[in-house]
Amino acid sequence: MTVKVLHPGLLTTIQDLGRYGSQKYGVIVSGAMDSFSLRVANLLVGNDEGEGALEITLFGTTLYFEKDSLIAITGGDLLTTIDGENAPMWRPILMRKGSVLKFKSAIKGCRAYLAFAGGIAIPKVMDSKSTYLRAGIGGFKGRALQKEDTFECGELNELNHSLVQQLEKLNGHFTWAVNYSALINLKSSQTIRVLKGTEFNRFESKSQLTLFNGAYSITTQADRMGYRLEGPALSLAEPFELLSESVTYGTIQVPPNGQPIILMADRQTTGGYPKIGQIISADLPSLAQLQPTSIIQFKEVTHEEAFMELLKKEHIIDEIKMAIHFKRTY
Amino acid sequence: MSNRNLGASMKPLGDSALIVQLGEGISPSIHELVNNLSVLLNNHPFEGFIESVPAYNNLTIYYNPVAVHHSQINKEVHHARLTPFQKVSAFMEELVQQTRKNKFHDKRVVTIPVLYGGEYGPDLEYVAQCHSLSVDEVIQIHSEGDYLVYMIGFAPGFPFMGGLSEQIATPRKETPRLVIPSGSVGIAGKQTGVYPLETPGGWQIIGRTPLDLFLPAISPPTLLQAGDKIRFAPICPKEYDHYKEMKL
Repeated sequence: MTVKVLHPGLLTTIQDLGRYGSQKYGVIVSGAMDSFSLRVANLLVGNDEGEGALEITLFGTTLYFEKDSLIAITGGDLLTTIDGENAPMWRPILMRKGSVLKFKSAIKGCRAYLAFAGGIAIPKVMDSKSTYLRAGIGGFKGRALQKEDTFECGELNELNHSLVQQLEKLNGHFTWAVNYSALINLKSSQTIRVLKGTEFNRFESKSQLTLFNGAYSITTQADRMGYRLEGPALSLAEPFELLSESVTYGTIQVPPNGQPIILMADRQTTGGYPKIGQIISADLPSLAQLQPTSIIQFKEVTHEEAFMELLKKEHIIDEIKMAIHFKRTY
Repeated sequence: MSNRNLGASMKPLGDSALIVQLGEGISPSIHELVNNLSVLLNNHPFEGFIESVPAYNNLTIYYNPVAVHHSQINKEVHHARLTPFQKVSAFMEELVQQTRKNKFHDKRVVTIPVLYGGEYGPDLEYVAQCHSLSVDEVIQIHSEGDYLVYMIGFAPGFPFMGGLSEQIATPRKETPRLVIPSGSVGIAGKQTGVYPLETPGGWQIIGRTPLDLFLPAISPPTLLQAGDKIRFAPICPKEYDHYKEMKL
């Protein structure tokens, strides 16, 4: 099936779960900002959870379907319509040939994920379909989608096919949907859980308290690379020079001006600013759904808690996976 | 190698990565440990291992905590109550011990041809003036040095190298250039490096190599890797063009 871009929107890129294995060469990971929503979108259409899908930012993306297609929309609510009618989210939808899918603008969250049965037929670069914008590789020709771009979806597997057949019988849509509320938080003000960073103890004790007592807002300088925050300044007990070393998704680093920066999916592989905190993996997808001006309150947790929270979320995704396999059998 | 370099400490980088710290500061002997540990780990990965990233004096290990949780990566330890971080730490402790016993291959030496000065090295004269040297002396000092790639970061294939002579160490430009072409060879303080991609930057640019440092279509995708020894070889414009033509 072929999909044509009528309007690319603010920033629409192809992402999967990221390009791992090449960070030692300076190649960034990229991948979906909200990986839980990407995985669920893929599962809902019968794909492997790590297939490439579209990450649609805030508003404006409009797509024309030249053939019947099985899709699913997850993540932030961007007031999506199919030929002007509200499109359901978090469930498989059969798009009819000639219909138009439009993402108007975000009313909840920041990024929507659109998965296509069979995935998106583009070559992998270094084992990933994720778009690496700065190096111009991966994704759709190494760049964000533009007007008039067209792409094909991949071959359907058995599960893709049986979901299509089920939907044909039901006039194109299921009555059920995934309840995402235990998986991601789409509120505009959130408590985000944090582990102490590698240089936490190098900060003055007042700053150590401030991180967890103060509130920080996300500035307009927030993109796939990082979120610059604004709030009570954080300072080191005494200045020291840190050699460049690895940083990762969710690292909270503090440059000399004292305003923290959270590193996101397109972060560089290494950095030299002191790291005061590290956001737990279970909360990264919710963080990715926050828009500029949102308020964050950091809460310290232990490693045991961080891991239990991740296990909980992985369990929910496992249940969704099993439910999809179950649906096709009757 | 002094004894204090032999201890390794493990620190978590969140819930899905840990940093094995093998010493402090910048020295070839600590870095050799880092690199050897990385090689050993990649040859003997544990279940749930994703990748490792060497830096000056530490190695970062990325892992899937759920996969580590369900695995038995170290038979001698009873893992039931250990967190994934503790399990990976125990595994890495053992690997650090083995690293010290193993013999490793010699380092690769990579020669990078450089056309110094002119439009490709607009800051070469400034560097010479700074140190009351002639342009030729700067070229000679830069190309006679033995350099070690400590790590790759900042951009794909960008080497953080040690070994620049103090004689030509030069501070960054006060105002960074908006565009530095790929292949540019620069100096920033006591560092020298090569830009793999066109980016903004504040380094003093003294020349350009016709070689590509980032090669996304092949594996490994970069000309240089951590642990490589580097030499710069001066070339003339004709040779530069010849290299460029060979690539087409």
